[in-house]
Amino acid sequence: MGKYIAKRLLLIVPILLGVTIIVFTIINAIPGDPGRRLLGPAATQEQVDALNESLNYDKPFLERLGKYLSDIAHLDFGESYQDGEPVFRKIVLNFPYTLRLAILQTVCYSILGITLGVFSAVKQYSLADNVIRVISIALAAFPGFWVYMVALLVFSLYLGWVPSSGADSWLCYILPVGCAAVLSASSLQRLTRTTMLEAIRQDYVRTAKAKGCAAGTVIWKHAFLNAMLPILNQVGINFGYLLGGTVIAESVFGMPGLGTVIITAINAKDVPMVMACTIFLAAIFCVLVVALDVISALVDPRIKAKLVKR
Amino acid sequence: MKTKGQEKQSIKRGRGYEIWGLFKRNKPAMVGLALLAFIALVAIFADVIVPEELCYTFSGAPLETPSIEHPFGTDNLGRDLFARVVHGSRVSLLIGFGATILSLAVGAFIGAACGYFGGVLDNVVMRIFDVIACIPGMLLILVLVMALGRGTENLLYALMISGVPGYARFVRATVINLTDMEYVQCAKSYGTSNFTIILRHVLPNALGPIIIMLAGSVSGTILAAASYSFMGFGVQQPAPEWGAIIAASRQFMRLAPHFAVLPGMAIVITAMSINLMGDGLRDALDPRLKD
Amino acid sequence: MSEQNNKKNAVEVENLYVEYHSGGQVVKAVNGISFTLEKGHTLGLVGETGAGKTSTALALMRLLPDRVSHMRCGVIRLKGDNIMELPESHMNLMRGSIISMIFQDPMTALNPIMTVGDQILEALKIHNAEGLSKEQLNRKVDEALELVGIPASRKNDYPLQFSGGMKQRVVIAIALACSPDILIADEPTTALDVTIQAQVLALIDVLKQRLGMSMIMISHDLGVVVKTCDDVGIMYAGELVEYGSVEQIYGDGPHHPYTQGLFGAIPNIRSKSRRLTSIEGLMPDPTDLPKGCKFSPRCAKCMEICRVTAPGEWEQDGHRIKCHLYGGYTE
Repeated sequence: MGKYIAKRLLLIVPILLGVTIIVFTIINAIPGDPGRRLLGPAATQEQVDALNESLNYDKPFLERLGKYLSDIAHLDFGESYQDGEPVFRKIVLNFPYTLRLAILQTVCYSILGITLGVFSAVKQYSLADNVIRVISIALAAFPGFWVYMVALLVFSLYLGWVPSSGADSWLCYILPVGCAAVLSASSLQRLTRTTMLEAIRQDYVRTAKAKGCAAGTVIWKHAFLNAMLPILNQVGINFGYLLGGTVIAESVFGMPGLGTVIITAINAKDVPMVMACTIFLAAIFCVLVVALDVISALVDPRIKAKLVKR
Repeated sequence: MKTKGQEKQSIKRGRGYEIWGLFKRNKPAMVGLALLAFIALVAIFADVIVPEELCYTFSGAPLETPSIEHPFGTDNLGRDLFARVVHGSRVSLLIGFGATILSLAVGAFIGAACGYFGGVLDNVVMRIFDVIACIPGMLLILVLVMALGRGTENLLYALMISGVPGYARFVRATVINLTDMEYVQCAKSYGTSNFTIILRHVLPNALGPIIIMLAGSVSGTILAAASYSFMGFGVQQPAPEWGAIIAASRQFMRLAPHFAVLPGMAIVITAMSINLMGDGLRDALDPRLKD
Repeated sequence: MSEQNNKKNAVEVENLYVEYHSGGQVVKAVNGISFTLEKGHTLGLVGETGAGKTSTALALMRLLPDRVSHMRCGVIRLKGDNIMELPESHMNLMRGSIISMIFQDPMTALNPIMTVGDQILEALKIHNAEGLSKEQLNRKVDEALELVGIPASRKNDYPLQFSGGMKQRVVIAIALACSPDILIADEPTTALDVTIQAQVLALIDVLKQRLGMSMIMISHDLGVVVKTCDDVGIMYAGELVEYGSVEQIYGDGPHHPYTQGLFGAIPNIRSKSRRLTSIEGLMPDPTDLPKGCKFSPRCAKCMEICRVTAPGEWEQDGHRIKCHLYGGYTE
């Protein structure tokens, strides 16, 4: 198993190399040169050329790509076009906010979605199941940014229960976490319900009942543990995406975070910043995927047998 | 249990008829279909309902509440919100269906080719898609928009490109399953050309799952398009688009809640109608998936 | 029924009905069967797929899916307790310790993500009335595995590391871990290779003797039944059409036409005839059972009355047949 994990972690390097090349290529398809973009139409051609040269923009594409790759191999991700600061400083400063928000959202929506999903599956076709299913289908149609805004309008502007922006007190987290919990729980609820219905039907669940297991043990220990892996995978992958996608919550609720950094960088066409954020998030994502596979293998010996053999 | 007569009838009228029969009995799906038809009609006849100029002319006082003259009120510049919401449906449906279908077409083509031919082509393309899958989806779209530039069309392309790997993977898996089927082996043994086999035998049989996937992602694309426009990366002012209208309403939420709420309702209703229809379609096409 | 009778009989079933409700249709799986199983005896339930054998077994365990199934019944008594009236918590304690079941398909009957040792241990923990310590319980796990011929060293292996026959041994070990009084074996060998079948059957037989259990053996294999059972019930469309001792069922006396058909469908090495006789037609649709005798549409000896009224029961020395052919004998 240790060997397998080491192999998977090593494989992340070529993947990140691939990510870097692809994103570098896409970004370099931007029309115009960075010198003109940064200095604006008022600057003279000489100034623009000088800046382009200092940014290596006068060299051919492949050479620039090579230079960038060798730089990041030395862990030099360059300086932000916006303020000349090393890009990683900004990422390290802002990432904790995003991480905190993403973790809180994930924990809340997982608990809500899984509980309701299991409940729905166990009480299939009951009134409660039908109500939960209708609400869940309806919620899937609500755009996150709009729900955030309406929640902000009601709970902050009208009722004044929570502050309308910032991330200084735990009160600030109630709305972004609460809204995301309700919205994301709906899809998780449906997934949980489906996988649980499948698991409940399995013969080993009947074996457990025949042993004399109590209903709760049968549902959680036998059915849920077997149904858990697809759920865990969705939650895990979602968490990876969430780290790059808390931007809307950050924007509506006026919270600091990586999302805001990314949006500002994109707006400013700050290439080193965007590249660094992408590589950073892709790296986290890759580690997350390895972790999910390892957990799956630990939970399910069938997966372990398949992975270790390969 | 079916009687022989019924069975014969359904064979005669074909599978489409049978699917429609199943779909028709699904009430939520029919409600979804009716709603979607209504929204589509609004989009098609938007100019008849309310002239497009009203989207841009300052016909009232800023932030008026709904009245007979302005059924949805006015925005911060005194433009008629009803006109803007009605005409906004065009963009939403266009991006939602357009990006999804384009993405499906490209993805299905790549996936079918990879799945059918396998080998080096398959390996290279799939590794590239593996790499792309590691970039958080929102970041990928933002980078694409950054490269292509802002605007409706470019958002559509970005959404389309970001969807391709998913469809390609899906179609590839389906095709690999199907090429092992005996009827495909049979067609091969007759010497049918690869292209004909894919077109005549493989793709039609993969159609059911593909339609299910398509129906499932159109509403997601509509929501995504609205989100990117909300962030300012999609449809640009003053063009009417639901997400962009809501973005403009942000500073006036307290003064004029209708400004934010009504366009939002339009998004919700559209996405919900497509979801309901998609669920019904899924149940009708593949009753095994019904829960 | 007297107190003594209660003690003598491990299982008493009177007038059991099981129905499944699904999408407006009612599937009548079991239609009023009654039987008793004496302590230490083995009862064979024989019939085609869909005859209601498994539904009967699940009813005895009270494991029928409660959302779709309805159990109507006079009484099901296990060791004298009417389980129809027991609360679920009490029933949980009975499952595994009083009555246990071996399932048809060992491939799917084991939880794939628990070691076999843990799966046996779980049963022991639930029924640990004596308050045994962890070590003692673990020793009992080893014993249970060794009882079915699996070395105790394999208790930390997962089901995927076992072959089909070995898995069935594990299933048996789980079922027997708490020394139940009654064991239901639901076609325990149908999913196994022919070479393994004999081994597993022999094992079940040995264990049954050693633990002094009463057993219900469900099978569609008359050869298996004659080797293992004391009493035999022939089931058709949810009814016990014939019931008696092995001698009575396999002997030359009167038989239900369906039983005769079943025996005709089995190859016999000793008989000279080359051709097997089969029973024409299929089992009736359980949502739409025929009026009268349920076997009448397929019966070679069908009479006018068979299509109209359900037959009563003929009985002699505990040999019961539900057929109009013997109608004259009906009490």
